[in-house]
Parts: sequence; C-alpha cells; structure tokens
Amino acid sequence: MREKFLSLSTVGVPLDRVNVDTDAIIPARYLKTIKRTGLGEGLFFAWRYDMDGKERPDFPLNRPEFRGGEVLVAGENFGCGSSREHAVWALMDFGFRAVIAPSFSDIFHNNCLKNGMLPVTLPAAAVRSLIDALLAAPGGKIRVDLEGQTVTGPNGDIHAFGVASFAKTCLLEGLDEIALTLASAGELDRYERERKKATPWLFLDLPG
Amino acid sequence: MPTLFEKVRDRHVVTVRGDDVLLYVDRHLVHEVTSPQAFAGLSAAGRSVRRPGAMLAVPDHNVPTTPDRSVRIEDRGSREQIQALRENALGAGIALFDIDDPRQGIVHIIGPESGLVQPGITVVCGDSHTGTLGAFGAIAFGIGTSEVEHVLATQALWQKMPLQMRVVVTGTLRPFVTPKDVILAVIAEIGAAGGTGYALEFSGETLRRMSMEGRMTMCNMTIEAGARFGLIAPDEVTFAYLSGRPLAPPPSLWDAAVADWKTLPSDPDATWDREVALDASNLEPHVTWGTSPQDALPVGGVVPDPEKQEDPGERARMLRALEYMALSPGTRMTDIPVDKVFIGSCTNSRIEDLRAAAAVAKGRTVAPGVTALVVPGSGLVKRQAEEEGLDRVFLDAGFQWRLPGCSMCLGMNPDKLKPGERCASTSNRNFEGRQGPGGRTHLMSPAMAAAAAVSGRIADVREVAR
Repeated sequence: MREKFLSLSTVGVPLDRVNVDTDAIIPARYLKTIKRTGLGEGLFFAWRYDMDGKERPDFPLNRPEFRGGEVLVAGENFGCGSSREHAVWALMDFGFRAVIAPSFSDIFHNNCLKNGMLPVTLPAAAVRSLIDALLAAPGGKIRVDLEGQTVTGPNGDIHAFGVASFAKTCLLEGLDEIALTLASAGELDRYERERKKATPWLFLDLPG
Repeated sequence: MPTLFEKVRDRHVVTVRGDDVLLYVDRHLVHEVTSPQAFAGLSAAGRSVRRPGAMLAVPDHNVPTTPDRSVRIEDRGSREQIQALRENALGAGIALFDIDDPRQGIVHIIGPESGLVQPGITVVCGDSHTGTLGAFGAIAFGIGTSEVEHVLATQALWQKMPLQMRVVVTGTLRPFVTPKDVILAVIAEIGAAGGTGYALEFSGETLRRMSMEGRMTMCNMTIEAGARFGLIAPDEVTFAYLSGRPLAPPPSLWDAAVADWKTLPSDPDATWDREVALDASNLEPHVTWGTSPQDALPVGGVVPDPEKQEDPGERARMLRALEYMALSPGTRMTDIPVDKVFIGSCTNSRIEDLRAAAAVAKGRTVAPGVTALVVPGSGLVKRQAEEEGLDRVFLDAGFQWRLPGCSMCLGMNPDKLKPGERCASTSNRNFEGRQGPGGRTHLMSPAMAAAAAVSGRIADVREVAR
C-alpha cells in the first residue's frame, strides 16, 4: 500500500532550472542502499553543499523562507536521465509531496505516481509566474488540490491541471496496483497459453 | 498501416483499462541497484515471482573493474547490493551471471550478446538505457523500482500508447564518423526533451548499413532525447547477429521465428506524429561542450556564446553549463585539455567500439598526465578483444585494460572523476557530477576518445589518425 495523496497547502520552493536530471536530484553514490528510506540526505547534494560539505546559503532548499515547503516548482524536462526511483524517494524523504513543472521525463513521472507523489504539469507561462512570485516573496504558499485538479499560486492565481483518471484514483485512495493487476491473473494465464502457441521460442526458460 | 512499435505492442496486450493497456513482458533484465527494494516489497506482500524463467540478473552498476573484485569488494553498499542480487536471484530461481561468470557484463550488453533480446519482444529493465535493446525491433524500455516489482509479480505492466516519431537518416558516413556521432547530432537537433512521450524509430539507408553494434549505440541514447523507446526494424543484419547465440531460438524454431520477424517492420503507409530527416553524408565527428547531451557540436566547432541565445531560459542554462564546465565562449573544442579518458559503457563498449579505439591507439602513446581506461562491456567482449590482440594494443599505448562493468559512466564503483577533472568519455550522459562529484564530461565516440587520449586534449580523430 502506498501513501495517499491529500490536498496540500504549503510553502512553494522554486528551483529555477531546466533539465533537472535525476543524477542532480540524487547522485549515484547515494543509490547504494537496499532500502527506500533515508535518501533525503543526498537530495540535490551537489547543489545544497559545496565541496567542503558546507551548505550553499543561496540554494533554495537551504534558505530559511523555503524550509519545510512540500511543493517544488521547477523548469521543463524535470527528472530527465536515469530511471532511478531513488530520485522520488529522496524528494519524499526530504518532505516534498508534489512537483510542478512545464514537463517531466516519462520515467520520473511514472515513478512519482507509484509512490503517492503528484507531478503537476502546467503551461510554461504559469510555472514562470509561480517561480517569479515565489522568488519575489519567499515563503509564499501554494495550494494543490488533486480532487479539483487545480493549483493556486501565492497571488491567488488558479491553474487547472490534467491527470489520468486511474492515476488520480490510485493517488487519492493509495491503491496497491499489483493487487489490482493480479486480479487479472486469469487473463494473464490465457494470454500466456495463446502466445506460447504463436511464439514458443519466447517461453523457453532462461538457464538459471 | 501500423508502425513497428504498434505491431509489437498489439501482440502483447493482455487487457485494456481506459487509455492503458496491460502489456505482457517477455523478458526482464535485473541488476543490483534498482532491484533490492522490489524484491523486498514482493516479499513483504507475501508474493512470488510469476515467471522466473523469463528473467536474467547481473551485477554491473557498482562492480569494481579491477581483478581484486573477486576476492573482496571494499565498498560496503556495493557489496550488500551484489549479495542481495545473488540471494534474490537464487531464491526466486532467476538466471544469474554472477561477478566471476565469463558472461557477466553491462546488462544492456549481455542481453543481446546472449541472444535473449529478439525482434518483436517486450523487454524491460530498471535502467533508463534499456531502449538500447530496441535496436532488434523490440519494445524495450527502462522502468523504476516499483515497476520492477510489478513485473516480478505479474510479468506485465500498465502502459499508455506513446506518440510515434520517425527519424530517417540518409547518406554514407565519412571515415571516422560513427553511429555515436549520428545520435549526438540527432539529440542536438531535437533536444533533450524532444522525444518525451514518443517511441522513436530510426530508419533510412544509413541505418540499414549499420551493424547491430552501431544500431544499439543509436537506440541507447534515445533516452537522452527524452524518448523512452528507440526502435530499428529487424532485417538480415539482425537475423545474422542472432543466429547461433545461446538464448536465440533453437534450430527447430529458427525458421518460424525469422518468418515472424519479417512481418514486423513498419508498413510503408504507417503514420507518424513527428518525422525528422537527417542527411549524414557530411556529418563530422561530434563532441559535447555542456552538461546536457543536446550540447553536441562538430569537433571543428567552438564553445557557443550564451549571449547569442535569445531565449532567456536557454541562455541561463548555457551560462550555468559553461560555469560548471569551466569553459569560455569561442574556445575551440580542440583546445580543451583532458585529464581522463573513459572508453566503455552500454553506449560504446562492444567489440566494434574497442576495435575503433584500438585502431587509433595502435602505435601511439597516451599523453603525459592523462589516465585512460578501457572497460569492455562484458566478459565475452573482453575475451574476444584479447583474442584479437586489442588488449595488447591498449596496454602498449598506456591505456588501462579493465574488467567489465558500468564503471566511470556513472561513478558508482571506484572509477570516478575527481572534482574539476575533465574527461573524454564514450558514455551517454554529461550531467553535472555524473562521472564523479565536480567532474566534467565531454561525450564522443570511441575513436575520438582514443584520439583525445593520445593528444591530451579533445582532438579531431581524422587529423590524429592521418
């Protein structure tokens, strides 16, 4: 069972960069874990800390006005690169529950939904105005309403967003997708029986 | 009417739910970094692996590439992940190419090499470069760990239909211009997010003449243009590559398999959501200057000037990239010195890649102060290279000859850049810190990387090898 996504009203954290890749979100050396927890420590490590391990005071996650914010607002192509789900686990472990951007990489977008984190795609101009508002008045709040599919910016501006209906249900109810799929076990059995006749070479076991 | 992607997809639909289809997964490749949490989740829910015989496991991401790795792995996290993979594979009855197995190697190298990746299949792995395998005319894509768990439990995944893009490449490549240069040029053209939401099929005469190794290099980097799927229609080159491989269809089924595979190519009247054409006849060797794979340009070029960029967002990105890379606009690419050279990764560690690099290294010497690594993609590639004497060529020229693994592509094992070091790399990502914190990466082909190694700076291989 994954976490349910409930509506948020929280400090918005602006990350005014495009192509934020998953190596930047969580560097490879933090992937050497067999757990899903504790990854917040490595989140944006190279951007949060300098080479001596001291916090970079100007990085948004380090600024006191943005601390505790649960919505990250970033530029286009967020989460590009590696498929590492650790990127989502790191964001969530740090406290984020939603990311707003003009576009996301396909794999990162999927990984968010599997963990109860909401990726919100808004037009580039809307994201620009949110980032500008958060930078102009740090500490401003953003409201994300999944049920109504709207984001309300710090200046009261309201932006509608789309979300696939099944993904929405899963998020709102915290459904276990594997259990749902296993309910189709009969169809999987039938598929395998038929395909085994058509392409028998794909049903030879790999030698283990 | 249907495209190659659509044909392969249609034969894998188990059931439909709204816009999503439950897509059957024929083959599942598993490695040590993105699978432990999936096996743990499965076990916590009291579930078992549905079809262990459809899976193959291999440690590759964090294995050291030095001979002492079979004695002891120093790094505790790496050791634990490799041990977890071993226990999970043995426990579930999944085939494992363990660290000392001569078949061990990078997951995207050993899949094709063993013959398990075939036209018309669906194949997934918890790794974004799984698209590599689409070079066989397969639907191959990278997934996250939750989806790895889903495939372990159900042998299927819920998927949306992606948009269809075709990239047609024409023209004969000039000497020393390689598939790596073609794909870098494609990414520069469509951008790092240009393929997001698409399945991207490469076609055209240039692809038809390309070896399977070259086709895999092309499909390997479609993800760097945002496209999760890269595909190339199967043809006689594909069939010849597969023939006789251990996990390819056995002789009794071979003719039926080939007959089936010949029905897969996109129909001539297939429709595309986007088409891109590239004339490769005048293409030059490419290198990257920045921190996104889209930052590729011909080696004869200069570092671009952000001030000439009109889009403010792109200008800011370029300024950040130049600052990180410690480069100034107008600098000739061939004036940029390198500290390290990495020849390897799932992009360029196959036998052809090593031959191309060795041809440049032969009779030359790695420049003073430069450390150059050659990391074969698998134990079998390594063995073949040694039979051809390529290891001697590299060693005599001052390169290091290592054991197979992902190595310096992503810096999870001891092979990484130190802060500020600059690397000529045949890998796929030049992101900030990708090859080690503070490291700077210039992507290029194996021949170009070898030219950089012997020159001590980025160099035009056509001049070095003249």
